[in-house]
Amino acid sequence: MLQKLVVIGAGMASGKMLEELLALDAGAYDITLFGAEPRGNYNRIMLSPVLSGDKTYDEIVTHDADWYAANGVKCRFNEAVVKIDRKQKRIISAGGVTEYDKLVVATGSASFMIPVEGNDLPGVIGFRDLDDVTAMLEAAKKPAGKAVVIGGGLLGLEAAAALNEQGMKVTVLHLMGHLMERQLDSAAGYLLQKELESRGIRVICNAHTNAIVGSDKVEAVLLDDQSTHPADIVVMAAGIRPETRLGIESGLHTERGIVVDDAMQTSDPDILALGECVEHDDTVYGLVAPLYDMAKVLARTLIGEAAAFKAPEVSTKLKVTGVDLFSVGDFADEHEEIVFRDPGLGVYKRITLNNDRIVGVVMYGDTNDSNWFFDKLKSSEDISDIRGSLIYGSAAQGIDPLAAVAAMSDDTEICGCNGVCKGTIVTAINGGATDLATIKAVTKASASCGNCTGLVEQVLATTLGDDFVVPTAAGICGCTDLTHEDIRQIIKSTALKSIPAVMQEMGWKTSCGCHVCRPALNYYMIAEWPLEYADDLQSRFVNERNHANIQKDGTYSVMPRMWGGMTTPDELRAIADAADKYNVPAVHVTGGQRIDLLGVQREDLPAMWADLNAAGMVSGHAYSKGLRTVKTCVGSDFCRFGTQDSTGLGIKLEKILWGSWTPHKVKLGVSGCPRNCAEATCKDVGVICVDSGYEVSVAGAAGMELKQTVALAKAATEQEVIDLTVAFIQLYRESAAYLDRPYKWVAKVGIDWVIEQVVEDADNRAALCERFEISQSVYRKDPWAEQATPDYQTQKWNALADLTLEAAQ
Amino acid sequence: MSNWIDIAALDDIQPRGARVVKTHLGCVAIFRNGEDQVFAIDDACPHKKGPLSEGIVHGNAVTCPLHNWVIDLETGMAQGADNGRVNTYEIRVKEGRILLDGARLLARSVA
Repeated sequence: MLQKLVVIGAGMASGKMLEELLALDAGAYDITLFGAEPRGNYNRIMLSPVLSGDKTYDEIVTHDADWYAANGVKCRFNEAVVKIDRKQKRIISAGGVTEYDKLVVATGSASFMIPVEGNDLPGVIGFRDLDDVTAMLEAAKKPAGKAVVIGGGLLGLEAAAALNEQGMKVTVLHLMGHLMERQLDSAAGYLLQKELESRGIRVICNAHTNAIVGSDKVEAVLLDDQSTHPADIVVMAAGIRPETRLGIESGLHTERGIVVDDAMQTSDPDILALGECVEHDDTVYGLVAPLYDMAKVLARTLIGEAAAFKAPEVSTKLKVTGVDLFSVGDFADEHEEIVFRDPGLGVYKRITLNNDRIVGVVMYGDTNDSNWFFDKLKSSEDISDIRGSLIYGSAAQGIDPLAAVAAMSDDTEICGCNGVCKGTIVTAINGGATDLATIKAVTKASASCGNCTGLVEQVLATTLGDDFVVPTAAGICGCTDLTHEDIRQIIKSTALKSIPAVMQEMGWKTSCGCHVCRPALNYYMIAEWPLEYADDLQSRFVNERNHANIQKDGTYSVMPRMWGGMTTPDELRAIADAADKYNVPAVHVTGGQRIDLLGVQREDLPAMWADLNAAGMVSGHAYSKGLRTVKTCVGSDFCRFGTQDSTGLGIKLEKILWGSWTPHKVKLGVSGCPRNCAEATCKDVGVICVDSGYEVSVAGAAGMELKQTVALAKAATEQEVIDLTVAFIQLYRESAAYLDRPYKWVAKVGIDWVIEQVVEDADNRAALCERFEISQSVYRKDPWAEQATPDYQTQKWNALADLTLEAAQ
Repeated sequence: MSNWIDIAALDDIQPRGARVVKTHLGCVAIFRNGEDQVFAIDDACPHKKGPLSEGIVHGNAVTCPLHNWVIDLETGMAQGADNGRVNTYEIRVKEGRILLDGARLLARSVA
């Protein structure tokens, strides 16, 4: 008698398996197929084109009822199996009991419904089967309907693009920092997001869903940041959950999926399993290629042939019309990488290499060579011979270092000082201005601060071609050939608001920068987009991440702020108590008029801060590229010679400026008379009080170089001093290169230009002050108070684990 | 023989960040790169013992916060012109949990 084979699940994996089995030996088994859906097998990965209207259901059917009938497979569609009885080798379904000799479990997976309130409201839809698609298409019929897609992975983005095609207003909420983070790196994720946004799809990353809101059906999605996103439907595409209930209930070994060996055998010798419901070698699969490999292996196992499933390399392509994207392999696991970017065309390619062999490929914008690279990866070909031109693909082409400038539109502003756009410069060049000096004279571009000189030269080069040779300026690090000044201007003029955006649009040569460029870019983002950009602590040097100054032995120094160098007996007692309590080995009085506690252990930092906070003190930022101290003398309050209240003015300045981030550290001094006891004339900003008012000077230095300040302006009132100081510091924040102290920056742009901007142009001064204040609305806060909290204790300050507590074995 | 110890959840470490595990013979730094891979190396730069766990992570490397030596997280080798190496330890991520090979750590403390 024929052996009885029962298959649970009529999806793609079981369809392929039956095809293979019938081809190997059509008469091996008497086959019964159970399917929970009321139809046969269709190509589930083509559901997206059905949703977008590019295909119909009939076009994606692979095995219909006729095919099964013709091959002698008994179909029990629309009939869910509720129990496997392993002892008696039978299964139980609505139609009764069915006996088996061999059983194949192919129950697939279900959408993972994120566990928040309201996830069961009508209108919350998964994206796994045709019924889901039908429900979405129904919702899309409503004019101006709104859809929220939770999950920015492959499935979620295909759903979002398709619903957008159907005329819905779509918002994608993604938990992680960039789209498709399992397949793409941040650069490719950025390009993808830009493309989707250009189609009108809203994309919100780092979106933590708090609840789905609605009374009798879904109305909106609420995020943790309290923003709400109205929705007529919510598509759950946050991942899949292997459908393992039958396996668990019947006692099969099940982890995340039903565990199978290389032959697709479960822990029961008469039960096999394949597809998205299984786990093989700690891995669960969701893409079709490995499932087909499983199907071939399982079919051979069923007819008694030896076969073994081996996890294949899996490549990913997004099925969204007009988006060219390819990803394969473990592009995280590199020893070396080769990166190619063409900002003009929006192309990004990255190859990761291990031992002269390709181990991963990410491509965006141009995937023509994807198979060429994929073949080399699969065959582990040694590429050392063609390494130099590898990234250009099968048809090698040169890279254009001027692509970023060439890609700019004519109305992109090149010179911020004089408001000169690229088009104006190009017109001047075509009119005969073929060198920098003539361009300056004709258009005024780069004629003021000179920061944009490099860009103007690049416009000359792209317009004139070989007739103009760009004087070589060194890039800020090995990741780019652009200078700090170029980068700042391009960030401003093309409104780049994230580090991945900068790296792509300016053609970075590495995938995520280095310790030189990342802190600079993070600063430029903070300075340019204070309200929109979120500070990236991982791009900061240790001192600014830990809010303390690291010492040679890995301990830290702690220095509370003493406003204007003033303190009180209570503050001194609290500092002394902290020094005792935390066994501080050294206490030092600094040149900036405050007290430094040296040699503090990292783990003591938050507790020490909390103690100092409790005594009314805040961080002195004695570690930051930001406002350090405002040194003062006692002025007219006590001194026989004092002409003004220098202490009071110093305190006012410090309270306005503290917490601000600057390209390098900033120190101020306010002296009450020309005897200059506060040594104000070697500071970044120095104020000397005189009988008639105040003399404000800038750009001094007393470090590697010694420089006296140069006069900025005379002021009659304290408010004028404050405005001049704030405007000067804001101008420095907006235009200096990262790690240039003010004296270096002023030497580059010229004091005349600074005076023009800050002193002579009153409107500009007011605008600078206003922008500073906007930034301070975010950054004028005590980082100690913020980080001396229980949350930070567990997430940051504590060790991840303490193995010294484990008993010796 | 391996002896996998469950250390923490992957999400307990920031992407491009690091935290330490205390052992009897000093701290081991656990790194997570931008692509969710983890690495375990001694938390002391071969140059002047700087705490590598406080460095900036880029690609599969970290820059020491004291004097900018760049250390490869996979091999523990100093990059560029600098010479030196730190110990590396077996580590893996399974179902969102970080597992560290305790056998190797223990062998070190016996040696």
